[in-house]
Amino acid sequence: MKLSQLKIGQKGIIKEFTDLEMSVKLMEMGCLPGECVKLERVAPMGDPIAVSVAGYQLSLRKLEASTIELI
Amino acid sequence: MQNVKRVALVGNPNTGKSTIFNLLTGLNQRVGNFPGVTVDKKSGFTKLADGSTLEIVDLPGTYSLYPKSADETIVFEVLSDKQNPSYPDMVLVVADATSLKRNLLLYTQIADLGLPVILVLNMMDLAQKGNIQIAIDALAKRLNVQVVSLAARKSQGIDELKKAIQFQNLSPLQSQTIDVEALAPDLIKDITSLFKLENPYVALQIAHQHQNLRYLSKNESQKVKELVLAADFHSQKSQASETIARYNFINDVLLDSVKHTTVAVEETISNKIDHYLTHKVWGFVIFIGILFAIFQSIFAWSEYPMTLIETLFVWLETAGHQFLPPGVLTDLLVDGVLAGLSGVMVFIPQIALLFAFISILEDTGYMARVTFMMDRLMRKVGLNGKSVVPMIGGLACAVPAIMSARTIENWKERMITIMVTPLVSCSARLPIYTLLISLVVPNKMVFGFIQLQGLALMSLYLMSIISAIIVAWAMKFILNSKVRGYFIMELPVYRMPRWRNVGLTMYESVKTFVTQAGKVIIAVSIVLWVAASYGPGNKFDKIESKYNSEAYTAHYTEHQIERLKSSEKLENSYAGVLGKAIEPAIKPLGFDWKIGIALITSFAAREVFVGTMATLYSVDGDADQMDSVRDKMANAKNAETGLPVFTVATAFSLMMFYAFAMQCMSTMAVVYRETKHIKWPVIQFVYMLVLAYVASYLTYVILH
Repeated sequence: MKLSQLKIGQKGIIKEFTDLEMSVKLMEMGCLPGECVKLERVAPMGDPIAVSVAGYQLSLRKLEASTIELI
Repeated sequence: MQNVKRVALVGNPNTGKSTIFNLLTGLNQRVGNFPGVTVDKKSGFTKLADGSTLEIVDLPGTYSLYPKSADETIVFEVLSDKQNPSYPDMVLVVADATSLKRNLLLYTQIADLGLPVILVLNMMDLAQKGNIQIAIDALAKRLNVQVVSLAARKSQGIDELKKAIQFQNLSPLQSQTIDVEALAPDLIKDITSLFKLENPYVALQIAHQHQNLRYLSKNESQKVKELVLAADFHSQKSQASETIARYNFINDVLLDSVKHTTVAVEETISNKIDHYLTHKVWGFVIFIGILFAIFQSIFAWSEYPMTLIETLFVWLETAGHQFLPPGVLTDLLVDGVLAGLSGVMVFIPQIALLFAFISILEDTGYMARVTFMMDRLMRKVGLNGKSVVPMIGGLACAVPAIMSARTIENWKERMITIMVTPLVSCSARLPIYTLLISLVVPNKMVFGFIQLQGLALMSLYLMSIISAIIVAWAMKFILNSKVRGYFIMELPVYRMPRWRNVGLTMYESVKTFVTQAGKVIIAVSIVLWVAASYGPGNKFDKIESKYNSEAYTAHYTEHQIERLKSSEKLENSYAGVLGKAIEPAIKPLGFDWKIGIALITSFAAREVFVGTMATLYSVDGDADQMDSVRDKMANAKNAETGLPVFTVATAFSLMMFYAFAMQCMSTMAVVYRETKHIKWPVIQFVYMLVLAYVASYLTYVILH
């Protein structure tokens, strides 16, 4: 399952990344394999999304979220 | 012990880095440039308890030494190049205590560069509230650096920080965080010997960033490139394994020093607020409501101070003419420089207010939500969610609005935003619109409730926003950018605005505007004054003697003669000659040479149009006489055809011209300042002039 497929309020644990370039940016922002993520909100027009990760909130586009595989 | 002379502030965005900078330096700061780069350099001075002074340099906020934007490249450049004029003696790494893990990533990178470091844990009050217990001593011992805890928003801990800086050892003592050499052993060795470096991590970063580092010569960069290729070094893979290794180290450190029991309380409050502020329906309603309130306040609150400034300058100009010896120098000083200055100063209230509101929106965290909500919509036309703010600000004045586009990280999106913002109808166009609409649009109601004049004005405003969006969409295809766009952004928790920061932002923006844009405006207004006050040959002398003759003095009052004289002088001045020269070009738009003069004199600022019209039709140029300007213009007849000059076609054509043409020196000056390249204001001026010409021409042809 991908991060972009979570429903609001649903949680998951990051397993791996499918895009190397994106993985580096996401890891710098605290999205690491083993971290718990929760989908908090979706922007009014369906994109981007906001997730809780590593003790703060991160917003990212769905396209970027689809490169994160969850356990 | 040698004293620290220069300290660099480094940290993630939203860690309160700028609050710490402001607390350390107060008003004793200035905005300059990093040499050769388009990044603002904020630096200032602070005094320590022992009486020594040190320079604080605020580096752009970043999550890592691997840059995502041009602004961020500067961080590694400054910290790795000893020749750099901003190279610090030590670094303060500011970390947000409520999300220490992510913040420590940057710390480990900086620590490995081998500069003396102090770790500053900010927002300790929030961490405590959120039940995050950080054992400062254990952390300091593990990393072998001084760790200072701060609550910068409450101004707590600054004295301790200053003390820590004072007693900082100037040789780096921090423990290495990861085994850097293991990442690329041979390559690091080669680069280290090539540049005679002392630090392996600097060498590794050069391997990653050699193409973007401005302190490397082409030759050096090429050599590094060859080494990188020979070593079969894959930048992203290496960066990924480095980041994982760093987080392993951080997890290990945090295991001993941080106890985290429950989720931070602030976070859940923020969540509740977001439930409404980013709601599908209410989110937009509230956003539009907030913008409306800001726009209204800017106009309402700036009215009084603006009148005050105008009155002050009128008084100064009168006093100047009264008390200074009459002559060319006085005229230049009063009618040229002072008039130009008042044109600059009068915008100060609007600029200060707009920046205060924007800084409050940013400080509270609401701006990040606006970006979040608008990103999808704005992305479609090549803009960014953050472009909403400058475009709305453009309704008041494009100058501060363009300055506020700095928050957009992506180069292409920021450029498009800057390029289209001046199209949005600003307050300087309002007097022109009101004058021309009242001239040709009948003041009556249609369908019983729509006021025709108001409808015309509203259409002009709507058209301005629509045209900005269309031009943005077109530029999306023209501007090239290889950089892949991201929208990975932190949503900071909601906080109360820091009023001190709001005040400083107002002060800084006004200071920048007055010094930067002011210089240009004054220069241009002097040139315009000369062009309007002098004419070729001895025509001016002839005009003087003509009106001194009995034929005039007998039939007209002194006041009337003055007006006739200045009108004829303007006609024969260099500006007037120029107006006649461009007449063939503007004739297809329905303009005569008098409008041509107005176009030229209002080149520096649109609002000059009304004043020029007043002089040309020989009436006093102050606002109370607006009606008489209108009457004169309404009665103006074309000398050849005897038909009225200001027909519906001409007036609307003229409004279209002012809607699209740049006609604002302050905006061009600020675009130059923000883009640091003359080509952008030139391109902008040309494309807007072409748009203006085409729109005016079509309007004139259709309505004629």
